[in-house]
Amino acid sequence: MIVAKQKAIQELIEMVRPFGKVLVVGCKGCVTVCNVGGAKEVAILAAALRIAARREGRELMVGEHTLERQCDPEYVAELEGMVDDYEAVISIACGVGPQFISEQYPSIRVFPGVNTQFMGGAETHGVWSERCAGCGTCVVHYFGGLCPIARCSKSLLNGPCGGSDSGKCEISKEVDCIWDIIVRRMMDQDRLSELIEFKPPKSWTTARDGGPRKMIREELVE
Amino acid sequence: MSEYKSGSNLEKVLRAGHFAFTGECGPPQGANVDHLREKARHLKGCVDAVNVTDNQTAVVRMSSWAASLILMEEGLEPNFQMVCRDRNRLAIQSDIIGAYSLGIRNMLCLSGDHQSFGNHPDAKNVFDIDSMQLIHTVRKMRDEGKFLNDQDMDVPPRMFVGAAANPFAEPFDFRVYRLAKKIEAGADFIQTQCIYNMDRFREFMKRAVDMGLHEKAYILAGVTPMKSVGMALYMAKQVPGMDVPDSLIKRLRGAGKGKVAEEGIKFSLEQIEAFKEMEGVAGVHYMAIEWEHKVAEIAERAGVLPRPTV
Repeated sequence: MIVAKQKAIQELIEMVRPFGKVLVVGCKGCVTVCNVGGAKEVAILAAALRIAARREGRELMVGEHTLERQCDPEYVAELEGMVDDYEAVISIACGVGPQFISEQYPSIRVFPGVNTQFMGGAETHGVWSERCAGCGTCVVHYFGGLCPIARCSKSLLNGPCGGSDSGKCEISKEVDCIWDIIVRRMMDQDRLSELIEFKPPKSWTTARDGGPRKMIREELVE
Repeated sequence: MSEYKSGSNLEKVLRAGHFAFTGECGPPQGANVDHLREKARHLKGCVDAVNVTDNQTAVVRMSSWAASLILMEEGLEPNFQMVCRDRNRLAIQSDIIGAYSLGIRNMLCLSGDHQSFGNHPDAKNVFDIDSMQLIHTVRKMRDEGKFLNDQDMDVPPRMFVGAAANPFAEPFDFRVYRLAKKIEAGADFIQTQCIYNMDRFREFMKRAVDMGLHEKAYILAGVTPMKSVGMALYMAKQVPGMDVPDSLIKRLRGAGKGKVAEEGIKFSLEQIEAFKEMEGVAGVHYMAIEWEHKVAEIAERAGVLPRPTV
């Protein structure tokens, strides 16, 4: 899933301070799963904005709405008519959401309510970590089923570097050295010879380096 | 001499079978050329080549190729360090050609410390290729006369290709294989991380010799003298991949006030003696960090002077 983190409430209050009518829009996709952008969080954010306004003696009308997904125009279309009643929208979906809303409703001011973090999963309740860098050419099978591009601080394809220490990355004791895990797994799987093989420079053309990406599946295009 | 890969002094010294002695010099954090020249002068005649660090610990400094040129003007042979953190494959290849064109003949290929360590932690890193791929790139340019995209180049840069090895980082069992991989990729010489745990290094070298790696590349043992107990504790606790045994810290503590630095030098001299005898070790890379003025005395006491002329 796409993992996101709520922006500081004070930052959000400042963002929409000039506006008297604000619509908070949630998403039932990834951000609901990672407890940051679903209907529940929409209600909490809306209440916080109302309280802040009341405390400052400002008039503020806050609307609440949660879409099935913000990354599909057909769901974003639900806001048709509704957005006209507001001066600003706060989307608490991933970075796709505020853009899809902006694209569909060009006259309204749209603000992001969350900071999109990464593509990852929940290690345990309340703990998420990155797994995929979206490089466009998956290679995890060469590395014991683990991705050094997303999970090595230097994206080394021929790791580990000299900074691997007690299974941790040189940048922080909080970060696992993925190469330490890759090496141990490959050795356990008796695949040392594959690990010693030189991995040539990667083509980043399928990653973001190739420019903004687009995918077209002709059979699905109407 | 066409039989040499690069014809650098370091290559000639090693090829002739001499026990090599290389030094290190960090470029200034600014354009203090005078200070750099002064540091360089201390090393003249004491070492076969001088490593010129490339924004080490991710702190911005004078570029390593420019500082290398200044060292050449002072009559020293540079070992130009290059990290993959700050350049993509275009900049890497053009800098290799540029450095060679200006007379640089040795280079050390490194991944580079992560920028979070340094003084620009907000920077975006590159890591388009890794150190292994950098080694491969320099060799390909030199031996095949081709760029990474397989396109031919007119005059290839003929570099003596160096790589680093950390025998103490984990997983220990894999480290010698990683060394083998770097040599296979094209490393002509290796400079190791600072060694303090001699037993562990002996074990590493034994494995390297068993695999015949010392016959495929020259392995230089890394030595950094401890200046103080504080430095030893910092190295032990704060520097990832560094193995400082308690016995050394105890020894430094026991040296008494005002005598710790000398004890650190003594330990490094004992290490050099051990390396001279150790199978597979072709020389020492002596990294006297901001202690360049001590190197002449240390080299003298280590019995590595005068340096051979080949």
